[in-house]
Amino acid sequence: MEVETAVSGTEAAPQASGRGRVAVLGVGMHPWGKWGRSFVEYGLVAARAALDDAGLDWPDVQFVSGADTVRNGYPGYVAGSTFAQALGWQGAQVASSYSACASGATALGAARAQILAGLCDVALVVGADTTPRGFLAPTSGDRPDDPDWLRFRLLGATNPTYFALYARRRMELHGATDADFARVKVKNARHGMANPYARYRKEVTEEEVLASPLVADPLRLLEICATSDGGAAVVLSSLEFARRRTTGPVRVAGLSTVTPRFPNTVIEMPNFATDSAATVAPPESPFRDSIAEKAYQEAGVGPEDLSLAEVYDLSSALELDWYENIGLCKPGEAERLLHDGDTALGGRVPVNPSGGLSCFGEAVPAQALAQVCEVTWQLRGQAQGRQVQDAKVGLTVNQGLFGHGSCVILER
Amino acid sequence: MKARVPAVEGWFTMDEDQPHLLGNRCVTCGTVFFPRAETACRNPGCRGGDFEEAPLSRRGRVWSYTTNHYAPPPPFVAGDPFQPYTIAAVELAEEKMVVLGQLDGDPTRLRVGAEVELVLATLFEDDEHEHVVWKWRPL
Ligand SMILES: [Zn+2]
Repeated sequence: MEVETAVSGTEAAPQASGRGRVAVLGVGMHPWGKWGRSFVEYGLVAARAALDDAGLDWPDVQFVSGADTVRNGYPGYVAGSTFAQALGWQGAQVASSYSACASGATALGAARAQILAGLCDVALVVGADTTPRGFLAPTSGDRPDDPDWLRFRLLGATNPTYFALYARRRMELHGATDADFARVKVKNARHGMANPYARYRKEVTEEEVLASPLVADPLRLLEICATSDGGAAVVLSSLEFARRRTTGPVRVAGLSTVTPRFPNTVIEMPNFATDSAATVAPPESPFRDSIAEKAYQEAGVGPEDLSLAEVYDLSSALELDWYENIGLCKPGEAERLLHDGDTALGGRVPVNPSGGLSCFGEAVPAQALAQVCEVTWQLRGQAQGRQVQDAKVGLTVNQGLFGHGSCVILER
Repeated sequence: MKARVPAVEGWFTMDEDQPHLLGNRCVTCGTVFFPRAETACRNPGCRGGDFEEAPLSRRGRVWSYTTNHYAPPPPFVAGDPFQPYTIAAVELAEEKMVVLGQLDGDPTRLRVGAEVELVLATLFEDDEHEHVVWKWRPL
């Protein structure tokens, strides 16, 4: 096997590209909220909506790809078959994936690979979750060998702790201010008002954000995403199959599920420390940059080609980091992009036109798929009330706990 | 007086004056890991699997920091009443790595780049023991 080395992007051509050979034939969601019902129900509603959107019946699906939830017992660990059974056994092949926040993209990648390999024409990807209130806590029981348990025990390092470390560093290195972070929230709240699937659909002012309680300094309650119930589904098909049924389908141009390269020099949830860079030089691109780079490389497009992006705004400040990680600007320039209105609806490259996690709250296995749903609607011109004009290329990006990259580039 | 015991076994020395975090070093390529690498060296270019103990530098510079204003869920043991606490990410020059730890001291004057030193401090107490953990103290 040939080993791919440099990540510099320009020369290292991928050995195979799936660009444009798989279509997004249908998308569907169950609204986000705190509904207190089974995740299976949310997934079912989303799956049926996606099938209707694709103009297909459930028996047409040949491969079911589930994004797992680890908070709902055994049915959650085998989400693919759980959804298949809920829809009614019809003999489809199945896979279930878990990669934390990146699970949706991993499940999408598994389905796409089946289609690219010619093993099937139509695949259904589903993710749904029911989440508890408050902080996402580690699963219960004494587990002193599990870093996710130990970080709570020894440090009290909650998820917002890590987001806050990035935010504070951004302030000290790049001069970001509390007001900058608040403005991200204000922008996303405005975007999400028109999204029928968003949980929070209310305008928020900068003053309200800055008056909300500090959770993990400098981040405030209104700047940290909540946890939500929700479900999202995507129907993928081969391009030939899609062309027999529709004109100008949205296509998957690139899909990245990369892991970090050693040494990973950014402190990441749930770790106690970074890798040491004393014996091996750090990679040219830090992990978060490399996630989008891989997808750009496959898609043959760059940040300058994007019409919009859906980025994982676990915190308001983290959205600014993502601008730089996906190449919308150089490090330290994200605040300027925000101030110039470039990333607001009507701007050069709107970010999170859906309202983002800020308006949704996180439903872990559904979230990366929800990003794909939004970009699909945008590219089709169906994002009513939040439409990016003449959208042609859209990117979704996210990062899952324990080294899971997730990036999908769609084109029309 | 209650006995002082480490809140986790083998992650740091119990030397009250000059404590060290304990990582390990791959004897093949020299890479240091904290917490210690268990099964094999994680340098992808190395097939090593033998390690020696590696006490980490006791001083470093703040990479970033944050104060938590809400009590985390268990297994964190929160005081009553809950007191906000600060977590610092500290860069060790020699190891070229960043290590987290709670801050032992006043966070208001903390800045990125500030020098800190490793100390042992109480994480929580029960009837018999003071459970001790490493913390970073501003210099
Ligand atoms: Zn080694």
